[in-house]
Amino acid sequence: MNSPSLIQTQVLIIGGGVTGTALARDLALRGVDCILVEKDDINAGASGRNHGLLHSGARYVAGDREAAMECRAEGEILKRVAAQTIQDTGGYFVAVQGDDERYIADFPSYCARSGISARAVDVATARALEPAISERTIAVFEVPDAAIDPFRLSLESMAQASSLGARLMRRSRVVGFEREGRRIRAVRVLSLGGGTEVRIEAAQVVNASGAWAREVALLADAPIAMTYSKGTLLVTHTRLAHRVVNRLRRPGNADIMMPGGTVSIVGTTSTRVDTLDDVHPTTVEADLIVEEAARMLPTLATTRFIRAYAGVRPLLGSAGAADSRAVSRGFALFDHEDQGLDNLATITGGKLTTCRLMAERAADLVCRRLGVTRPCLTATTPLPVSPECEWTAPGHSAREWIRSHRPDDTLLCECEMVPGSAVDAIYAALRSAGDTPTLTDIGLRSRVGKGACQGGFCAVRTVAHLYQRGDFQARRGLGEILDFFGERWRGQHAVLWGEQLAQAELMEALHCGLFGEELRGAKPLADPTADAADAVSR
Amino acid sequence: MTGVRRNSCDVAVIGAGMAGMAAALFAVERGLSCIQIGSGGGILFASGLLDLLAVHPVAERCLWQSPYTALDALAGEQPDHPLARVAPVSIRAAFESFVTALASAGLAYAPLGERNRSVLTSIGTVKTTYGVPVTMVAGADALDGRARCLLVDFRGLREFSAHQIAATLADRWPELRHQRIDFPGFETVPELYAVHLARALETVETRERTIALIRPLVGDARAVGLPAVLGLERSREVHAAFEAGLGVPVFEIPTMPTSVPGLRLLGALEAAVSSHGVRRRHQASVRALTYDGNMETATLDLEGVPGGERVTARAVVLATGRFSGRGLAADRGYVRESILGLPVHQPASREAWHKRDFLDPSGHAINRAGLRVDDAWRPLDTDGKPAWPRLFAVGSILAHQDWMRSKCGSGLAIATAWAAVEQVAHRLGATAAG
Ligand SMILES: Cc1cc2nc3c(=O)[nH]c(=O)nc-3n(C[C@H](O)[C@H](O)[C@H](O)COP(=O)(O)OP(=O)(O)OC[C@H]3O[C@@H](n4cnc5c(N)ncnc54)[C@H](O)[C@@H]3O)c2cc1C
Ligand SMILES: Cc1cc2nc3c(=O)[nH]c(=O)nc-3n(C[C@H](O)[C@H](O)[C@H](O)COP(=O)(O)OP(=O)(O)OC[C@H]3O[C@@H](n4cnc5c(N)ncnc54)[C@H](O)[C@@H]3O)c2cc1C
Repeated sequence: MNSPSLIQTQVLIIGGGVTGTALARDLALRGVDCILVEKDDINAGASGRNHGLLHSGARYVAGDREAAMECRAEGEILKRVAAQTIQDTGGYFVAVQGDDERYIADFPSYCARSGISARAVDVATARALEPAISERTIAVFEVPDAAIDPFRLSLESMAQASSLGARLMRRSRVVGFEREGRRIRAVRVLSLGGGTEVRIEAAQVVNASGAWAREVALLADAPIAMTYSKGTLLVTHTRLAHRVVNRLRRPGNADIMMPGGTVSIVGTTSTRVDTLDDVHPTTVEADLIVEEAARMLPTLATTRFIRAYAGVRPLLGSAGAADSRAVSRGFALFDHEDQGLDNLATITGGKLTTCRLMAERAADLVCRRLGVTRPCLTATTPLPVSPECEWTAPGHSAREWIRSHRPDDTLLCECEMVPGSAVDAIYAALRSAGDTPTLTDIGLRSRVGKGACQGGFCAVRTVAHLYQRGDFQARRGLGEILDFFGERWRGQHAVLWGEQLAQAELMEALHCGLFGEELRGAKPLADPTADAADAVSR
Repeated sequence: MTGVRRNSCDVAVIGAGMAGMAAALFAVERGLSCIQIGSGGGILFASGLLDLLAVHPVAERCLWQSPYTALDALAGEQPDHPLARVAPVSIRAAFESFVTALASAGLAYAPLGERNRSVLTSIGTVKTTYGVPVTMVAGADALDGRARCLLVDFRGLREFSAHQIAATLADRWPELRHQRIDFPGFETVPELYAVHLARALETVETRERTIALIRPLVGDARAVGLPAVLGLERSREVHAAFEAGLGVPVFEIPTMPTSVPGLRLLGALEAAVSSHGVRRRHQASVRALTYDGNMETATLDLEGVPGGERVTARAVVLATGRFSGRGLAADRGYVRESILGLPVHQPASREAWHKRDFLDPSGHAINRAGLRVDDAWRPLDTDGKPAWPRLFAVGSILAHQDWMRSKCGSGLAIATAWAAVEQVAHRLGATAAG
């Protein structure tokens, strides 16, 4: 047996979410060599399954003042240095009849105490500007909430880190640590594509694996206390409000509706879960969100939803607390020194909004241990725009395509206007990083599959395009269509009623009724008349 | 109310999908006067291939060579399945009648036999089907023998890649070659639509230029396959010209919906029912249906007709389809029948409607929801009795079937329409107004 190949680096980062990629960028800007290993793909965890709210902090003013202030400060920084990932829509906090009057009355002073601007808005004015909010609204405040595109943030952070020498290994899962005294000598990483294992020797290892941080730390015999809270979100067919709309009350279920380009995203829920496997949105959660959010936004009772998704928040602290929202949503940096390790750190918890700060703290620790004295630059250095990362933004594709319409370019996705040239650019960027891009990879980096057909049409077209370019060979396309469409389906089945059910039925008529994709590898013909020629149908 | 048009007929068919078309056709063939309400339904999305039954049981994904043997097995194991309730002799008669009507409207099918045929799809899967248009049948033959074969496609026709089909099948059909050409006259057009190409090929000049481009590529190929763009109404003529010009059998492969074969099928069915004397209200829909005092006739209230219209009918065939057809509608908790609110057989809660795995072998329970009918194809009311003595239901709105997984869409529509219309004729008896 060959011994696994060995790779060396200064810092190994485990996890390619917003935290891990921000950390790679932070270290790269300080001149530190690093490798990021991600078991799946960029933002495969909570970073790709959240609300996309760049918190002003107002949501936390009553319960967690520290978190509120952290959000405020970080939100301001990101609006300066990563403006291309943010839509500064502003946000409303809306109370309806029956909501706690006391909380409403105290809200402005809570905000003031955390330095967050909260301006009272006359209800009639607010409803004129956001007609979706209920006629039973009794109070509205405007706060500096914004929408952030976590995909673009992570992709561009990683792109800059890579340009400075950092390496990304996708589909590479950490499966074990080799300990030697107070040090981790090497990390064992399994490449999920080829099934091969590599050993990575790093002076420092950072566990930035979000909700998986407990599992990963356990592999190094360095347990951390953590529980999990699952949150589900629903995506509407069209955009229902310009601004972020929050329920003005202590944090509860279905409090927030986010603008997400051409759609709105409503949620979330909070349910304790014991494992990270098989996390998916349920019909019960979808109903709960619709019913609860409709109190603030009545149109949601009849609106069309196209998708649901669920993410897991790691919750640090007491496992016994009854309400998972009461457990801290702040972040934690573990140095593991009291567990006998000098070169492992874990950074987890927190929020998308605070990922830069989390990365800064982790990088400070690592640099101190490495003896690197260069300061953190991410609070002041603008995040460079990377052209191949622009396609995640709804509406971008359309603008770009219309602007630079080349005569030989064609639209592959008509709901979201994704041209062939976008797919080509994404493919080329992944390819140049030495990867074999899949349809799912392209979906993550573009709007393919994000519209009403949920991939039913555009996945087929994109695959045909990739064959035509010679990128796909043999039977690969069918498998990729099924993987991609299957993933989209998992996010769809909880919201299939009304118009979206009719759409889904049409897609099944196409993929099963006409193409018979579910028969891949099916049994031989059952009747006695079957003959050898039929073997071709498998 | 004044100004509302009033008309009457023996049988009103609600729906103009495959099932509604078949029902209207069979009704006039039996001498019943018929008004048909509804627009195109799923036909436009169809492939032109007429499935009868290919997979049974669905959960085991068993493919059948003979649809009739499969129907036997189905009848034994799922007696509730609507197709299991139609006698094979009626199914044969129904299909014959259906394709004869299509042929008379210019859309010819290969002779129907005892066996299913295997045909290529545009993504490189092999589809098992029954009725195959003549423009596609050489592909089934070539596939059976895995003959040396050339697939040609056109740059700019986005969802059709001959390369993809050939690559996907390469290990099982190595003699499949592929070539891409520019469509004459569309060389600078970035996005081609199959319909435009089909129209263009109806002109002799474009056709000849296209044939001339393909001819040098044929080489030793025994057959040539193309995306389904060989003409619209005149597909026979265009297809024949390609075969003559290339000197080998030529076949079409259906493209992604909305495809040219779907348009042809819709066009041919519309022409067939009209020429048979069906009065079509193809922009209209039925808003309400009421029965007169002594339950002798039903009155249909139409919308989408200028000034409105009331149709009085002695019998009604409900062929309104499922969710995409609008015959069924679902809110978050419950599935309803759209016009009359007839009880719909359905899973207990939405949680059970869909599996989380799209390709789950057993299929999604919601697809087996639908109307239950008695032996005479009359939908049952909550009391288990027919809702009205002469209200019948046909096609995909029926419960206990999953046409998408069984590959029985057209078969279900055509066979149940035949069987129900037989009952209509029987019940209206000799008194048909003609
Ligand atoms: C429903 C929901 C809504 C939210 N909404 C908001 C919001 O609106 N605003 C906000 O600021 N925050 C929000 N958050 C919080 C925010 O999403 C998270 O705090 C943030 O995404 C965490 O990022 P991360 O990089 O730390 O973890 P993750 O994004 O979870 O990244 C961890 C990565 O590690 C990888 N990994 C795991 N194990 C291994 C291994 N063994 N080897 C290699 N890689 C591994 C995973 O695949 C994953 O990609 C929300 C969270 C949820 C769940
Ligand atoms: C993507 C796709 C691929 C297909 N591929 C194949 C294939 O390969 N082989 C095959 O055999 N078949 C195929 N089919 C066709 C399929 O067999 C039929 O669509 C199916 O059997 C349903 O037919 P239907 O007539 O029951 O319903 P539908 O086609 O849904 O028709 C319902 C009709 O009812 C009308 N309607 C509804 N409510 C009202 C109202 N209130 N008033 C008036 N009219 C009303 C609608 O306008 C419509 O005309 C395909 C269909 C689709 C969608």
